[in-house]
Amino acid sequence: MPKLSPTMEEGQISRWLKNEGDSFEAGETLAEVDTDKATMEMTALSDGTLLKIIKAGGDTAALGETIAITGKKGEDISALLTEASTGSTKSTEKAKETPAVQEPSSPSKTEVAAAPSVPEAVSVPSAPSNGRLIVSPIAARMAADNGIDLRSVTGSGPNGRIIKRDIEQALAGGQSPTAETRKPFTPSTIVGASPFRDETASRMRQVIASRLAESIGPIPTFYLTVEIEMDGVLAVRKQINDNLGDDAKVSVNDIIIKAAAMSLIKHPWVNASYQDKTVRFYEQADIGVAVAIDEGLITPVVRGANLKGIAEISAEVKDLAAKAKAKKLQPEEYTGATFSVSNLGMMGIKEFTAIINPPEAAIIAVGGATQTPVVRNGEIVVRSIMHVTMSCDHRVVDGATGAKFLQTFKQMLETPAMMLL
Amino acid sequence: MAVLTIRDALNQALREELIRDENVFIMGEEVAEYDGAYKVTRGLWKEFGDKRVVDSPITELGFAGLGVGAAMAGLRPVIEFMTWNFSILAADQIINHAAKMLYMSGGEFNVPIVFRGPNGSAYQVSSQHSQALEAMYANFPGLKVVMPSTAADAKGLLKSAIRDDNPVIFMEQETMYGMKGEVPEDEDFTIPLGVADVKREGTDCTIIARSFTVPQALQAAEKIREEFDVSVEVIDPRTIKPLDIDTIIASVKKTNRVVIAEESHSFASVGAEISHQIMENAFDYLDAPVKRVSTAEAPNPYARNLELAALPSVEKIIAAVKEVCYL
Repeated sequence: MPKLSPTMEEGQISRWLKNEGDSFEAGETLAEVDTDKATMEMTALSDGTLLKIIKAGGDTAALGETIAITGKKGEDISALLTEASTGSTKSTEKAKETPAVQEPSSPSKTEVAAAPSVPEAVSVPSAPSNGRLIVSPIAARMAADNGIDLRSVTGSGPNGRIIKRDIEQALAGGQSPTAETRKPFTPSTIVGASPFRDETASRMRQVIASRLAESIGPIPTFYLTVEIEMDGVLAVRKQINDNLGDDAKVSVNDIIIKAAAMSLIKHPWVNASYQDKTVRFYEQADIGVAVAIDEGLITPVVRGANLKGIAEISAEVKDLAAKAKAKKLQPEEYTGATFSVSNLGMMGIKEFTAIINPPEAAIIAVGGATQTPVVRNGEIVVRSIMHVTMSCDHRVVDGATGAKFLQTFKQMLETPAMMLL
Repeated sequence: MAVLTIRDALNQALREELIRDENVFIMGEEVAEYDGAYKVTRGLWKEFGDKRVVDSPITELGFAGLGVGAAMAGLRPVIEFMTWNFSILAADQIINHAAKMLYMSGGEFNVPIVFRGPNGSAYQVSSQHSQALEAMYANFPGLKVVMPSTAADAKGLLKSAIRDDNPVIFMEQETMYGMKGEVPEDEDFTIPLGVADVKREGTDCTIIARSFTVPQALQAAEKIREEFDVSVEVIDPRTIKPLDIDTIIASVKKTNRVVIAEESHSFASVGAEISHQIMENAFDYLDAPVKRVSTAEAPNPYARNLELAALPSVEKIIAAVKEVCYL
């Protein structure tokens, strides 16, 4: 059973598209597999013949467990069958290798794997736990000679050791002690996901991170709540929808996504992620939108929402939600968000807190807009008030950082014209 | 230049020195009538006769002592050990007499003697006959230790060793006797003791190798260049003592990364000494801890597969270079 989604631990064979004895070519779909997230197509890595199906449609198999044997027509697979029947992962590994021993150059006798392949997370060199900088002597000397602050350099050696190559790269990147130059954004390994740049977290930020994480679980979370007057948004929404067909109408949530995305670009520390020793800043705002489905919850991602119009966001959210409900979301459609929005307003919730979806730094929990008497200019008036609570990862987002973000967010929604800027 | 095997280059050096200085004579087991166990002394007995090329009984301590006495009396003996493993029997004469005579006689008697023979592993000769003993001899003041890796170096260094007025430990390698190389034909061609040779120039990593590991290091350097485009410098100290640390330090300051490849065991080895001297003289220039490739910490096994697993190899050297270069 190959890994077909980033989080799957087992898969259920939905159905085989090939029967025993059928030959196939590389790239052909052999079976459909239900993973924890979606139904995925399992495709062949190379040409071959399906010799034996071990897990039939409806059967479940753990990752690495043998589900079928492929190879050449007429090949003797009795030894492999015996091993597969013992069922352990270890024997599965052997089963994979045994046919290759007879004819090591043959690519046809290996495993089947999924397309698209799910990229592994980018590995970050492990940093020394006590926060001490480890630097090779020549790297230290070069840094001193060139006035480079070693704390601004990420070590690529063992235990995060800063080595000559790192200093050479810092020098080549034109990094100078005085001018704070920013590294360029690196493309993500997830298709369409936001490019990012990793900056070494300052000593203070590392201490904040470790102390606060010790205090509350792995993600030290705190909450900020803001009241937002939604009358402006409701009026704008009405104006927009009066000019759109029924199937194109935008929701309040679509406008909230747009406002959040634009606010994130103004507050890079919220559109970020704490990565051990570095803080990862994202170039665009990829907004995860929580969607309830029968089995639970999934957060499809609106990529680059800061760059998209409200109508475009709206259409995309509708499409993603439909796919989510049909369990047809591809992994790249529900992973790699930079920030999330969870809205329970339509279910009568006035105010709630949401759980951060790591490695994102924050999520907003949006309640329903309710008619509320408020005081404006010394008079009691009725306004549509919406409560928004942001859960913040204190390793990157400090109280004031989060509050400033919410100020911008509130301003965008209370004065929707700001979103035109 | 003529292309010679290391065996013939050594033979040429011995012959030229026998001709050049009538005080030079050769003594050891089977060196005369049998032409030497590894044919290094081939033809010399026939040419120079019984007084210049002397077969000894199988008594290492005895003929080593004879040599020390002859040297004190003004001759220049070249004592062959069939292998350096057998020199352990003669260690008292080498360490307590040859090495200390000049000092303990208040400068009255110098000992111009060369002890030579193959050192290290051969082809499945098992534990007692496969030892690389240079660290032991290099540990004693008064002894020079020389380990050539090419035919030219073998000839030039052996001639210098014979002309030297002090005891010289001259270590060859049985598996390398047949290796060929260009050798200058000039009868006065010598290579001074105590001068290292850069066998290959490079900029990213220095391999310090001697004897057995020099050809391996050169192969490893070429493979690393092909596979990783990393430029490896190979330095052969040639003389272990006195050690040309300056050449090594200059290289380390250039490359910042060091692998030491040696056939001996690692504990208290010559590589350990070189590593220490690098740390002392070039600490600020290192980009990674110095890495050593040595023979496994066990008596050398007889079985070929185990022997190969125990000894340094091109693959082990490549792995070490990758480690210090963070590849």
